[in-house]
Amino acid sequence: MIQLSENGYYGSFGGAYIPEMLYPNVKELQENYLSMIYADDFQREFYYLLKDYVGRPTPLYLAENLSAKHNVTIYLKREDLCHTGAHKINNTIGQILLAKKLNKKRIIAETGAGQHGVATATVCARMGLECIIYMGAVDIKRQAPNVARMKMLGATVISATSGSQTLKDATNEAIRDWINNPVDTHYIIGSVVGPHPYPDLVARFQSVISEEMKNQLLEATGRENPDLIIACVGGGSNAAGAYYHYLNDLDVRLIAVEAAGEGVYSGKSAATSILGTEGIIHGSRTLLMQTTDGQIVEPHSISAGLDYPGIGPLHAHLITTGRAEAVSVTDENALKAAFELSRIEGIIPALETAHAIHALEDISFKSSDVIVINLSGRGDKDLNTYMEYLDKY
Amino acid sequence: MLNRLTKLFENNRENLLTVYFTAGYPKLDDTETIICSLAESGANIIEIGIPYSDPLADGPVIQESGMAAIDNGMTLQVLFNQLTDIRTKTQVPLILMGYFNQLLQYGVDKFLDECVKTGIDGLIIPDLPLMEYEQFYKDKLTQRNISISFLITPQTEESRIHKVDALSTGFIYVVSDSSITGMKTGISNQQISYFERIKSLQLRTPQLIGFGISDRESYLTASKYANGAIIGSAFIKHLKDKNEVDNATADFINLILKP
Repeated sequence: MIQLSENGYYGSFGGAYIPEMLYPNVKELQENYLSMIYADDFQREFYYLLKDYVGRPTPLYLAENLSAKHNVTIYLKREDLCHTGAHKINNTIGQILLAKKLNKKRIIAETGAGQHGVATATVCARMGLECIIYMGAVDIKRQAPNVARMKMLGATVISATSGSQTLKDATNEAIRDWINNPVDTHYIIGSVVGPHPYPDLVARFQSVISEEMKNQLLEATGRENPDLIIACVGGGSNAAGAYYHYLNDLDVRLIAVEAAGEGVYSGKSAATSILGTEGIIHGSRTLLMQTTDGQIVEPHSISAGLDYPGIGPLHAHLITTGRAEAVSVTDENALKAAFELSRIEGIIPALETAHAIHALEDISFKSSDVIVINLSGRGDKDLNTYMEYLDKY
Repeated sequence: MLNRLTKLFENNRENLLTVYFTAGYPKLDDTETIICSLAESGANIIEIGIPYSDPLADGPVIQESGMAAIDNGMTLQVLFNQLTDIRTKTQVPLILMGYFNQLLQYGVDKFLDECVKTGIDGLIIPDLPLMEYEQFYKDKLTQRNISISFLITPQTEESRIHKVDALSTGFIYVVSDSSITGMKTGISNQQISYFERIKSLQLRTPQLIGFGISDRESYLTASKYANGAIIGSAFIKHLKDKNEVDNATADFINLILKP
């Protein structure tokens, strides 16, 4: 059984390694999150917003051309069709409702690709709360359309200029903001990372993905369970949502696709499950890329959303216990898969998601298998990058 | 059994000046010079920061000094090597401040043994949970006579303050305000009433106030409500671009201690 312990551990991963300044806020969440999010009125509002505002349930689409190419049955869970263009909004809807229950007036968030930033800015606009988004200076440059969207939605975007100026540093800056504003502020973490209860909280909000998959698969194939679920993993929120209701169904293979960057051992990679060792990042004991001296190493991926040196503690547990299989896909192969999916299915995926698509080439399966790929986001935000490779693929 | 830190508190409980510096900054080999100069100039306790790539509780000044120190080649092993002979030079209480991941990667037992060998008296590990300390590390520190200081903030509940008091063996680090290090200067009335509240609890463990202590005035004000104060970012800023760190250090301490 995969289960969270009382202190927030999946096996040996998780916990809350935080400075005292964060303790009251984190403890408040730990003590209240379950009773608050499972209250009847909360659930009603959450599902109402997911339906009429986000556009759920998202389709489970039988990708016939992709299936024919790989000689297997492939369904795409279309999270790219969510309002704002990715699964991230499932979590921000839940967390903004939680922030309201906690009487918080001000919302902060970190963002890498900008998808979580946009999803946070969106729900803040909807709920009338002040919104501050931390984003690495490097990511602000490579994800300009999302920066513009956040601004249009009324959010303040603050450039994280410390360290490597990417997602890790945006997260550091958001945590520091929370330390400086402990009373009126809620921190909406965008992935299944951070101190307990965040990994569990975010996984529960994202679990709507696998909840829908069960019903949709039953209708489409006559059984609830696919043979494989493939999802990309940076921190791992879309994967956590796609796996959630299948975690203890051992007949379902869970495939976690990480970013190999320019090659796992090239020195420019974000394949945390291979390159990482056990340690602490952003308040959680998990696998992370670090030096022998414990300094956190700068990862690399062409996709800003996977450019993170850690991995959520749930995924560290799933991978180290063998429940999930980790696969890594290079920048180049992700680009190739993005163009292929666009050309044969008419769907432009986010660069993050493109890694999951390419994993079809890297794993073995039987032709009778049913595969679900979580299509976590759409590719509009990556058009600048894609256009650079238009002639090549 | 007393160590240099607990012995200091036995004999002296007023206006204790603690100064933080980042090991390996401004230059890799400045560690011994800064320690000796701080001690000679009148600092009562010296807090040596182990530079870290992702110091969540620290502000930009300390983070930048840490990045510079890492670039200079500072590692925990280099630091312990630099400290090998420090006890032949000074008997000032020395404490190490670092993040828990650094200890985990070095190996906690090996880390504690090195502390004993080099003469480290106390530790500050801001992200080590109280419960985890109590369960796994308390005995190890007690056996080696190494003190530990936990933090409290204006938001810490009274029941937890008593827990921190029970577990801290050096001093309690009273975080002066809701902030990361080096962000604010000066002391507000609101902070004073928080200091008074803590003082009125008559805690067992001595208390030092840190964060936002940057000059003689804030040092003296804070010392009225605790056993002393801790200065960090202001000293790091002062050291920036200084070539003669011994003189620069003495100048800084003089500004704090001399009227």
